[in-house]
Amino acid sequence: MTNEVTAEIRTAHILDMAAEGKRLDGRGPDEYRPISIEPGFVATADGSALVRIGETAVVSGIKLEPGKPFPDTPNAGVLTTNAELVPLSSPMFEPGPPQPGAIEVSRVVDRAIRAAEAIDLTRLCVTPGEKSWVCYVDIHVLDHAGNLIDAAMLAGVSALAHATVPAKRFGIAESDYPLDLQHVPTECTFVRLGDTIVVDPTVDEEQAAQGRLTVATDELGRVVAMQKGLVGAFSPDDVRDVVRRALVHGDRMRVLARGGRA
Amino acid sequence: MGSVGAKEVPVLLSPEGLRVDGRRLDELRPLRIQAGPLHQADGSAFVEWGANKVMAAVYGPREVHPRHLQQNNKAVIQCKYNMAAFSVDERKRPGLDRRSQEISKVIAEAFESVVFAEEFPRTSIDIYIEVLQANAGTRCAGLVAASVALADAGIPMVDLLPAVAVGKVAGEIALDLKKEEDNFGEADLPMALVPQSGRLVLLQMEGHMTPEELSKALDLGVVGCKSIYEKMKGALRDRYTVEPSAAAEAA
Amino acid sequence: MSQGHRSGHRRRGRGDSSSHPPGDRILVLPGQELPAAGLRPGRGTYRVGGKVYASILGLLSPKPPFVHVVPLSGRYIPKPEDVVIGTVTDCQGTFWLLDIGAPRWAPLHMTGTPWNVEIGETEKYLRVRDSVVVRVENLDATGRIGVTMIGEGLGKLEGGTIVNVSPARVPRVVGRGGSMIQTITRHTGAQVAVGQNGRVWVNGSPEAIARASDALRLIDEEGQRRGLTERVESFLVASGGSDESGPTLPPRESAHRDAVPGPTAPGGPGDEPGDSDTLGSGAEDY
Repeated sequence: MTNEVTAEIRTAHILDMAAEGKRLDGRGPDEYRPISIEPGFVATADGSALVRIGETAVVSGIKLEPGKPFPDTPNAGVLTTNAELVPLSSPMFEPGPPQPGAIEVSRVVDRAIRAAEAIDLTRLCVTPGEKSWVCYVDIHVLDHAGNLIDAAMLAGVSALAHATVPAKRFGIAESDYPLDLQHVPTECTFVRLGDTIVVDPTVDEEQAAQGRLTVATDELGRVVAMQKGLVGAFSPDDVRDVVRRALVHGDRMRVLARGGRA
Repeated sequence: MGSVGAKEVPVLLSPEGLRVDGRRLDELRPLRIQAGPLHQADGSAFVEWGANKVMAAVYGPREVHPRHLQQNNKAVIQCKYNMAAFSVDERKRPGLDRRSQEISKVIAEAFESVVFAEEFPRTSIDIYIEVLQANAGTRCAGLVAASVALADAGIPMVDLLPAVAVGKVAGEIALDLKKEEDNFGEADLPMALVPQSGRLVLLQMEGHMTPEELSKALDLGVVGCKSIYEKMKGALRDRYTVEPSAAAEAA
Repeated sequence: MSQGHRSGHRRRGRGDSSSHPPGDRILVLPGQELPAAGLRPGRGTYRVGGKVYASILGLLSPKPPFVHVVPLSGRYIPKPEDVVIGTVTDCQGTFWLLDIGAPRWAPLHMTGTPWNVEIGETEKYLRVRDSVVVRVENLDATGRIGVTMIGEGLGKLEGGTIVNVSPARVPRVVGRGGSMIQTITRHTGAQVAVGQNGRVWVNGSPEAIARASDALRLIDEEGQRRGLTERVESFLVASGGSDESGPTLPPRESAHRDAVPGPTAPGGPGDEPGDSDTLGSGAEDY
């Protein structure tokens, strides 16, 4: 149902609390909900991960298939990212063709993977101009309790980190080999609640938000993608602050994505 | 069925009467059901059945969207069965296809046969099934998950709906086909049973069976459904069982 | 998917309901034949060929001459006289539509308010996302839920926040004779009003609201465990705060004098002793 409404007093309460640096679930403004990653969740995929951030759950699966390189990049493979915000995951989502929200998640994740050069697309070229691997990053939202972008990105990059190129199955090489993840982008999303900017928003906080800002960074400390969303505004100093915080959170998430412990 | 292609037909039944994965003809694949794993839905269930992974969620009864689907005397039951792109060997293009639409329709109708929809006129009960990993029998796994999700959502119904496919491999009637058996077997007969009445509310068939084989397959399916029914009840009890004497203490 | 439980029903170990001694709560599932000798099918049941079966998941509740099944999950099913908390989802010329967590939205007609509302001016009084306390008046065969805002303790909610608990958990949130709410208000100083639909209004200082909300979430998640009252009490003591502040805080300044429901507990929304045959009877079933 699109007409899900949040009580105004609930929103006002969230803003009141934020003014004191507090949140409904007891977190501080710069605190994520617990993050867990289950790599290899889907056996039919060439790489996969189930990621939870609090009650938010997202599964990502990688599929690699032989295809044709784009004419303007004859020496590179093809990368495609697609997020499905299926109605199973939230009363706010409707069945049918992808809504703008799903397309935004797909594109923001895609930009970060691409700009960070997470995978070396030239290594996915088989025969220049003729044959290359097409790498699909499919993201399926199961439980939408807020902050889908960060969960989708983490699921996507964790799945890529554990992915195998099925070269043997398609008769392209003698054996399958790991898809090399050369950089590890992560997204960190913040929302403005009055004068406070909090990380990892819940659905309630997203609905109370006066602007959302997502910053993707990589392990080299580069900022590789950004997206400002929702109605609201940020000052350049806000952006600088958010970038600084995103780098700290990003480093912790990168350890998780690689399969380590934070 | 079909699509044998260039691949070699595997040995589906050993001389000892064991199947590709070592099961007997009347044996189910391992089945694990979890009730209520999701937080946004009114009810949910996750089913791992052999190499299938299927999530189901139920929303409702709630206001009907689009409104023209509203029925004056009962709830409309809508089902969306969907396969994730990565759930099969060859990536499935996201979006509606004819197979998914047909499966959604027969599943919705199976539930319409058992849900007391007249208790909630002008509302919608929405069932969503997401196949995350497929290995034959996903419509039955989806039905089982959806049925547990409906109970988890407090929806009134005649009974839970266990479901299973019976097939024919190497000339023998076999319970709960896995992928190789489905691909290279001779018949596939998915069914869903109402244990309370002993009747079938989902039944499809493809392949070749004699009336005698079909009769045997129906019997085997009913036995399989009863075993699945126990697992469904177990999943719901796991989630809802009250600590003994909690009531006495509170009173 | 191995973790993650929706709040409200944590796994408490497997139990064979039939082995429970009499007096214990017995879980039944849809399609299960009920021990109903001499009893007529009540709520949450159906009859076929002289046998009575459960139609929903819930607790067996024989109340001669009926046998009922009390739901443990699902949406709020309204009944007349329930006091509920709703959120405005739509403003029409002569009525508002309220989301009360029921299968359908409930129309609140302009004549069902203490105000003299002119046709077409509903939005001057209540707007989308406003929260209200209303009473269910009637239900018709089409599922239409008639509600009114005329009556003591009914009106628009100002300030505070709303915490959602499972409608099935309302009796435990209220506690016997309102005891659980009293425990919460005594320890936190927050003002708490429980709607029969599982929506709970909490008001007071930010600290009081936070602690009362945490206590409500604890009850929602662990409501079927034993020793709940003690655990809520020790949780509230552990989380600090005063016992001295007393059960009530002055409510925030309100736009409508009659709008703020009194501090709940006995007599307020959510506690209706006597109607022992309904879920709202609360404590009796627990």
